[in-house]
Amino acid sequence: MPSLTVPPGAPPILQSLTVPPGAPPILQSLAVTLERMLVRILVLLYLAGAPALAQTLCQPNASNGYRVRISIKTALGNQAYEWNENEMFLFRATMAFAMRRYYKTETYNVDNIIVCNQTRRVSFWFVVISPENPTMLIPKADVEKAVSMSRHRINNAFLLTDRTLEFLGIYPTLAEPVNPDTPPWLIVFGVVIGAVFAGIIALLVSSLLQKRRKEKGMMEDGQDEEDRQMKGVENGINLDGIYNRGFTDDDRFTKL
Amino acid sequence: MRFPKLPNPGLDDRIPSHQELERMEKEEAGDRPKWDNKTQYMLTCVGFCVGLGNVWRFPYLCQSHGGGAFMIPFLILLVLEGIPLLHLEFAIGQRLRSGSVGVWTAINPYLTGVGIASLLVSFLVGMYYNTIIAWVMWYFFNSFQNPLPWSQCPVNANLTDLVSECARSSPVDYFWYRDTLNTSTSIGDSGGLQWWMVLCLLCAWLLLYVCCLRGIETTGKAVYVTSTLPYVVLTIFLIRGLTLKGSLDGIKFLFTPDLNELMNPSTWLDAGAQVFYSFSLAFGGLISFSSYNSVHNNCEQDAVIISIINGFTSVYAATVIYSIIGFRATERFDDCLEGNILALLNAFSLAEGNITEGNYAESLQNLNGTFPETIQSLDLKTCDLQTFLSQGVEGTGLAFIVFTEAITKMPVSPLWSILFFIMLFCLGLSTMFGSIEGTVVPLQDLNIFPKRWPKEAITGIVCLVSFIIALIFAQSSGNYWLALFDSFAGSIPLLVIAFCEMIAVVYIYGIDRFNKDIEFMIGHKPNLFWQVTWRFVSPLIVLVIFVFYFVTKVSSNVTYIAWNPSSEDFPTLEVLEYPAWIYVIIFILAGVPSLVVPGTAMFKLIRRCCSNKNVYGAEVDTVSAKVQMFTTKT
Repeated sequence: MPSLTVPPGAPPILQSLTVPPGAPPILQSLAVTLERMLVRILVLLYLAGAPALAQTLCQPNASNGYRVRISIKTALGNQAYEWNENEMFLFRATMAFAMRRYYKTETYNVDNIIVCNQTRRVSFWFVVISPENPTMLIPKADVEKAVSMSRHRINNAFLLTDRTLEFLGIYPTLAEPVNPDTPPWLIVFGVVIGAVFAGIIALLVSSLLQKRRKEKGMMEDGQDEEDRQMKGVENGINLDGIYNRGFTDDDRFTKL
Repeated sequence: MRFPKLPNPGLDDRIPSHQELERMEKEEAGDRPKWDNKTQYMLTCVGFCVGLGNVWRFPYLCQSHGGGAFMIPFLILLVLEGIPLLHLEFAIGQRLRSGSVGVWTAINPYLTGVGIASLLVSFLVGMYYNTIIAWVMWYFFNSFQNPLPWSQCPVNANLTDLVSECARSSPVDYFWYRDTLNTSTSIGDSGGLQWWMVLCLLCAWLLLYVCCLRGIETTGKAVYVTSTLPYVVLTIFLIRGLTLKGSLDGIKFLFTPDLNELMNPSTWLDAGAQVFYSFSLAFGGLISFSSYNSVHNNCEQDAVIISIINGFTSVYAATVIYSIIGFRATERFDDCLEGNILALLNAFSLAEGNITEGNYAESLQNLNGTFPETIQSLDLKTCDLQTFLSQGVEGTGLAFIVFTEAITKMPVSPLWSILFFIMLFCLGLSTMFGSIEGTVVPLQDLNIFPKRWPKEAITGIVCLVSFIIALIFAQSSGNYWLALFDSFAGSIPLLVIAFCEMIAVVYIYGIDRFNKDIEFMIGHKPNLFWQVTWRFVSPLIVLVIFVFYFVTKVSSNVTYIAWNPSSEDFPTLEVLEYPAWIYVIIFILAGVPSLVVPGTAMFKLIRRCCSNKNVYGAEVDTVSAKVQMFTTKT
């Protein structure tokens, strides 16, 4: 006699199918067949309904869904790969990974990521359903935070960038600017100014030395003339003036 | 038949005669500096003439006045205006062996004003020109990093988005107007000194000082680098440019002749003005440089050679610049088209590669036919290569915005940036040598400083005073002040001085005497071409240009363009009117140097008339010198 025990979680319609033990064998076998049929129908309905249920959950412009746009040819040019079901599977797996990482649990699975409305562009919508409650969608904000957290990993899984793997509505956080301790331009400035100062000092010092040498040369001429006891040159020689060739060394002093 | 000239008594006493010149030449007497060799002299003159204007003014004029057709008025006026004026300045400097003040005072003491005007113009122009060099140095210092700071917008404080001012304009605009100038919104709003600009300005003036320290002794060595390096860099850029996509479009655009432009009088006026300013005439620097030559130097040949080099450099630089601009325009066009294609793909969810550059036009038409509203809502930009090419920019905009943007799109950007700014730096510095020469030598001739003071000290004082006054340009509103100086200090006074120079030489010094002098110096009399141009053609051209400039400036409302992030048309520059007190400054810049010419003459006239004493002069020829003795009889 087939067991007619109805499992505890069965829907009420099955439970009402229990046949009293004293029933004739025909009735009992009929009940069994009916039960099996119902079970099959329900299972089929369930299986058919689940995606339909999921489909109703994932819709374009869904309140908790995001649109994804992928531009493989722009990113990779000649080395672009083709977008097919396997790539979609990878996407769903990556999203599940992102959710796991964000919530720090291990409950998320590929089935929790539902995708719909794929176009040739390649763009599609996705929603995330909770692993505990298949009818409940994860709120938009949480999905956004999860994506932002693992954005780099998601991009790298597809060899794409923030620009070519777009989550419409989630803005990439901009890289923090690198602030060196000394701005590089100050360093170059310091080098140039140092060289210039060195040049100025070198030239000024050499000018000064040249002048000293010239003055010493003229001073020696002056000493020679003093030795020759020139009279009438009371004022001495003005060393600052232009050298007057009227008074060269080897001229005897002519009387005017 | 003698050409008419004004009476000019005592000329022979003021200038050395031919015999004296020969004697000075043989004995190498005097403490006047000399060129080490002819190359130094030529390089210095070429460096003075070839400046930033060849790179960023000529290409713009060429492109906006009918491309290849602009060459015709440019070359004609080069021959009729540039070469004669150049020859005149060289010859008079070589003959009278003095700087600008010395030369004009020797011709006639009432003409000292011309020299003083040259001094003032050299001083004012030198001040703002060196500020441009300071800007070039700032960009040069900032080129030693990868990526270049003007290649991307900075991020705002909470890392959510790019800085708004930058996002609305462009990274290069932002770096120029905000990071470099930190520009205020109007000329009245001074905004305080920007410390980084002060440092760069200090560096520029110190570098200039070290090169001009001992006059042509030091500048003569420096020009070996500063005058030749620009040509090397231009060639490198030409080779680089020709390998970039779109460069030939730029060159074709530049040189495509539009002969209708020749009917337009402003084309000829712009060509004349460009020739005039490009030769750095009337600054006094060329007269000075020429006076250090030997007496028998062939100044006629020099004038022709330098003019040819100057003209060639303008055309060469224009080719290089426009090859790079063609590249930039093509990049912009490609970006624009790509953006439009992406918008279409996204809107209609078509596969990538469905719409390419090739079938963009027909695809757009098809889609517009079927979904006109969607297309409208996309707000697609019109991408036209000609529009991008004719975004012709001149002046600082070309160097610091357009060219820097093009550089960021080239691979190994920092290298090209460094090369470009070194080239601009050399072009500017070699022009500054002439400016400083035109300022320092007249100061020495006027005996403003005691004769004992060495040249180093005078140059130092000139650089220091210029630096202090140039701090105006380091303020937030500095850019507006510089544009003011550029429009007024460097335009009208030069035309006045050049006109007076020609009148002085031809009619006061006497063209006959001048011809004999040139025959003495180079061995043959100047031919008919020089006679006609010196006497009539060149003064006429300068007069016409002056009248045109004067009338345009006086009759038009004087406005300037300002960068105002809160204006409606941002990022287009806002057109503002100058405040009333600016007209005082304009008068000081343009009016004072021009009025100094008649002013000094009046001053000397009044002084002579007012002194009732009769001056008796006697001359004694001694072994060493000609001693002049004056006594006044009361």
